[in-house]
Parts: sequence; structure tokens; C-alpha cells
Amino acid sequence: MEDHDIEETEQKLEAEVAPALIALHPNQKSVSVAVGSGLRIFNFQYGSAAQLLDENGGHKDSIRAIGYSNSGKLFVSGGDDKLVKVWDTNSWRCVYSVVSEKRVTSLAVSGDDKFLCFSDKFGVVYVVDIRDYNEEKSATVDKKAVPILSHYCSIITRLEFSPDGKYIVSADRDFKIRVTLFPKEPLKGAHEIQSFCLGHTEFVSCLAFVSCQDYSQGLLVSGSGDSTVRLWDYASGSLLDTCEVGAKAGLLHSDQKQEEVLTAVTDLCATSDGSLVAAAIQSLPGILLLRCNFSARTLSIAKVVSVAGETFIPTSIAAASSVPLLWMVMGASSLSTTNSALLARVRVVSGFAADHSESFVAESSSVIEDREIPGGEPLLQELQGKLSIGEEAFSTAAEAVKTAMRNLLIKKQYSTERRELRKRGRNDKKNQSPTLS
Amino acid sequence: MLEHESVSNPTHSKTTGLPRKRFYRARAHSNPLSDSHFPVPTSPSQFDCTVHYPKIFSPDKSGGAKKIEFADIGCGFGGLLISLSTLFPDTLMIGMELRDKVTEYVKERILALRASNPGQYENVSVVRTNSMKYIPNYFEKAQLTKMFFLFPDPHFKEKNHRRRVISPHLLDEYAYVLKVGGIIYTITDVEELGVWMNSCLESHPLFEPLSEEELEADPVVKLLSSATEEGQKVARNDGQTFQAVYRRISH
Repeated sequence: MEDHDIEETEQKLEAEVAPALIALHPNQKSVSVAVGSGLRIFNFQYGSAAQLLDENGGHKDSIRAIGYSNSGKLFVSGGDDKLVKVWDTNSWRCVYSVVSEKRVTSLAVSGDDKFLCFSDKFGVVYVVDIRDYNEEKSATVDKKAVPILSHYCSIITRLEFSPDGKYIVSADRDFKIRVTLFPKEPLKGAHEIQSFCLGHTEFVSCLAFVSCQDYSQGLLVSGSGDSTVRLWDYASGSLLDTCEVGAKAGLLHSDQKQEEVLTAVTDLCATSDGSLVAAAIQSLPGILLLRCNFSARTLSIAKVVSVAGETFIPTSIAAASSVPLLWMVMGASSLSTTNSALLARVRVVSGFAADHSESFVAESSSVIEDREIPGGEPLLQELQGKLSIGEEAFSTAAEAVKTAMRNLLIKKQYSTERRELRKRGRNDKKNQSPTLS
Repeated sequence: MLEHESVSNPTHSKTTGLPRKRFYRARAHSNPLSDSHFPVPTSPSQFDCTVHYPKIFSPDKSGGAKKIEFADIGCGFGGLLISLSTLFPDTLMIGMELRDKVTEYVKERILALRASNPGQYENVSVVRTNSMKYIPNYFEKAQLTKMFFLFPDPHFKEKNHRRRVISPHLLDEYAYVLKVGGIIYTITDVEELGVWMNSCLESHPLFEPLSEEELEADPVVKLLSSATEEGQKVARNDGQTFQAVYRRISH
């Protein structure tokens, strides 16, 4: 019994590790990195860090989701401290603070900046009415959240609004993607389910919409713990294409021992014209670029952009719609083994842009040197906390993030004997059970 | 699963060939929140009807396009399904039950009934699943015409209300799998739960109550309290029941 308890606590510790996140202002006015409870914002206009103004002192625990609204006016953050904060991106003042009952897992702002949605660890999606937003006001307003829909007690991993604002899409750890009509009066709940996108065979970890001028409604791409990226017609829920990406990631790391657990896709980011989708994959040092073909409705592997010189496995990726750069961060909070409690390393890929000729992609997208990154050294100093990072920190972070994700999202499999044993060890029967050691 | 040994099976009654409940003892409750360790179809198209309705989906029959229309959620020992099977012989129906031993009993019961009544009970089957989590994995949008929630676990504590099978958010999923015009039947002997189920349905924009005349005319309504094992138990003890029957409407 003792061994068993130790194992459980170890798992708990690892689950606390939160991956570093990155978000970009739609016009690349600023870039934000969240690592642990800290938000680090770099403002390109002033070439310096932005000071956050929050009378409540910011987040108290790991941040799990960040994002800019489509207009770029608002920035949202939320996480394990059960708080959601809305920031004004001009003053970087916290304009709204929302208390959640449970830990916050993902966030999305409607395209018109009128509503904020967030999800919690128990599968409930809430909406917050932010129509009364006023730049002039100086105090943080406390807001109440209203539950609008729920995935039955399953961790929701990602929330997105469809490009036309008609639907809200939620992905969960039970392999499901739910597409729900986002009503005109969302405070009354979102009851009408448009479709379920079913096909993944592990947790769904990330979502991205791809849309082009001819197809403004767009298609949905999703990444999962089953090592695939899938393309969906989300209005009907039909699966259009499946791209196996695990093999590609495995090829690069053939020296590593084969693991039973599949490598999960951790983040996705599409170019503004939807022709390219970048995928961050566990154990792939670099990024995988996928080509999306709207007329054929297919998704295919275009290129692996690898990082030379360091084991950089991005934990989060983002891009501004107007600039052909893909921003990546690798990092984690509360790493116990190294002296660097927080790790964040930012890298940028060039040539992440609309172009349809294959040769263009192959030649022009590459990881750029630190000195060529917009914002240069001051940006890296602010977002990373320091300029140089020891190599051992990378492998520790990669391992910790991977374990944390697995513990959080993959169903634990127990043998039949183990299950029987656990049943016998139930609280109400504990006193009668014989000691096992 | 399809093999049936009614003659030699010691868990079956010698006179009727039906399975005996004493060999399928189960807990009264099951935790719907725990991780499931049974197979679940990835999507409705992966659900294998040929296993569940072998006569109807046999190669020489043209059952191919037929779809399940009735779902009894938390079917228990299957009393309602058995009654519905003969009342709607051309409709495919399925019971969904979380407790494995109870599911096993219903499975045996159906096989025994099929064996002793050739040609009958071919339209009914049962599956072990957590319907609160996996309804969309089994049914497509607007596939069902009737859903049944008979004598569900009341979960009295407020902390446990989220475990109730009728809840405002789960009704969204039931509305999704129900056709417009489809009917949801609920009944309980616990007044508090009856009030809860009725208020959940009443305040949901996609459901409207059936009128008194419609309830009177529907032969299924009478089965709610008489066909199930739980219902018979309540009747034996002169208990009261509370039902709520609602129709899926378009928004």
C-alpha cells in the first residue's frame, strides 16, 4: 500500500508542471509569454517590456491559457488559480477579473469582443458578458460567469470561435470535439449542438481554424494525443483527412527507445490564408509544417523545420496574421530538479506565410538567429528572463511537460488484478483489508 | 456473445430458459464520473449493428439502412425493452447500462427470449456504456425518436446533482440525438427528482411538454410505470410516481 501512495504523490507533483505559452497580438504590436504564474509582455512599439497593472497582483498559480482577441484590444489569461483576467492591451491594465469555481483550462473571446468564454477542469464552458467594456474606467471590474454548455466531467483542452463567429468549438480529453451554435443571447446557454467531430482515439489537445477568401467559413484542424492532425468539415462533423505525424517525429529521433505512448501533438497554428498549418509535437525538436488544400480537402506534410544547436521542442506556438513569422516557446513552470525553476526559450521561424508553390516553403522557412528576432536582445531578456539557457534545462523541461500532459489527459490503464486491489482498498473497507507489505 | 446454451447453462431457469437474477447480483449504483474501461465506438459509424441485431443485419436481409430509433438509458434489467420489442416489432432499440453484471443479465435475457420465441426480440439489444459520456459516440444527430430515463439514480446530495442523468447540460446532447418531434420519457418514484427532471425539461428551449390528450393516446406512457422492474416494485409498495414526457422541438 505504501508504494502505491508514493507513486500517487509523485504523479501529482509532475501534474503541476505547466507548459510555457505564447500569444501574439494580431498586428504584432506585442508578444506575450506565460510561464508559471508570470505573464511576460514585450511591446514592439516601445521596444520594451510592458508593465502589467493589476490591483490584485496578477495570477497566483500556473497560467494555463492566454490569448488576444481578434481586434487586438483585449488580452485574456486564466489558470490554476481559478481566475480569469481581461487586460487592456494599450494600458496593460486588468479591466475584468472573473472567479471560476474550478481551474481554468482554456479561453476564447468572441470575434466582436462582446463575450469571453472559458472552460474549467470539470468540462463546463462559461460565458462572461464584456459588452460594458470601457477604456476610461480605471478600476478592475469583478464579473460573474454563466455556464452555457458542458462536456460531461471531461477536461476541456481548447475553446475556439469559428471564423464567422457562429459556433463555439470545444475539445476534450474524451476524444471529442463539440461544435455548438453560439447564440445571440449566450447568457441563456448554448443548447443547440451543430455537430460532434469524432475520430480521434486519444485526447484532443489543440484546435485551429483554417480559412481562405473563397472559403470564409473555414475548416477545422485538430491535434491529438493519438499522433494525428485531422481536418474536419466542422458544420457536418465529417472527417476530411487524417495526417499521421508521429512517424515523422519518430524518424528524426530514431535513436530514442520506442515508447508505448504515442507522441502527442501539443499545439497548432495556421497562416492567415489557411494554406499552412504549423504543428508542435512532443519529442520533435522543431516544427512540422502541414499544407492544407481547400479544394481537395486534404492535409499533407510539407516540411519539418528543425532547430540546430539545441533540443528545442516547442510547448506553444503563435503567429500574427500580418507578419510571416511563427513564434515558438519552449518552457515549463516549477521544475524541481534544476536550479532554474522557470524555463522559457523563445525561437522564431521565418517564412510562415501564404504561398502556394512548394519550393517556396522548402527554401524560406527556417529558424532564425536570436539577433534577427524582432525586438532583439531586450525581447529575449524579457520573455526568457535571461539570455542563455543551459542545455540540460531543455531535456528536463521536455520530459516534465510530457509527463504532466500524460498524467493530466491520458486515462490510466490498470490491469484487472490492480483494479480488484484498488476496489478492496476503498475507504469504506480499508479497516478490514489486510496489509499488503 | 451470440452463442446460447440455454439447455446447460446453470444460471438460467430450467423451466423458462431465462437467466436468473440471483446470478447477476450487482451494486445499486455505479459512479458515472470514473474513467471507463470498456470499449466505446469512436463514432456512430463504428457501431457494429450486425453483432447486436444479427437476424436483421444478416447478409440475406436488407437491414443495411436501418438505424436504432429507441434508446433506454440506464435500462436496468431490461423490462421496458422487452415490452417495447413486441409493441414496435419493426423498430430497432437499444438499452444502455453502466453496470456490467446487469448488462450481462439483459444480454442473456434477450438471447433466451430470442431462442424461445423464434422471430421475435430480434430488434432489441443492450450495450454496456456510460451514456452520460458517450451518447454522441453511438447515435448520429437526429437519429432517435424516443429516449427513456426510467427510475434513474436520484443522487440526493446537492454535491452529486451533476451525476444526475437528466441535467440542463446533458439535455443538450439528448436534444442533439433526438429527431424534431422525438419524445423523451422520464419517470421516478422520488418526488424531489421528479420535480428536478420536470424543471430541467421545462426550462430547456428545445423541449415542450406533451398535452394530456397526447399522453393519454401514447401507448408507451402506460408502460413507464408497469413494464420495468423498478416500476413494479413501486406499484407493489403502493408508491407514487412522477413522470415528465417532453417532445423535441426545433428552436
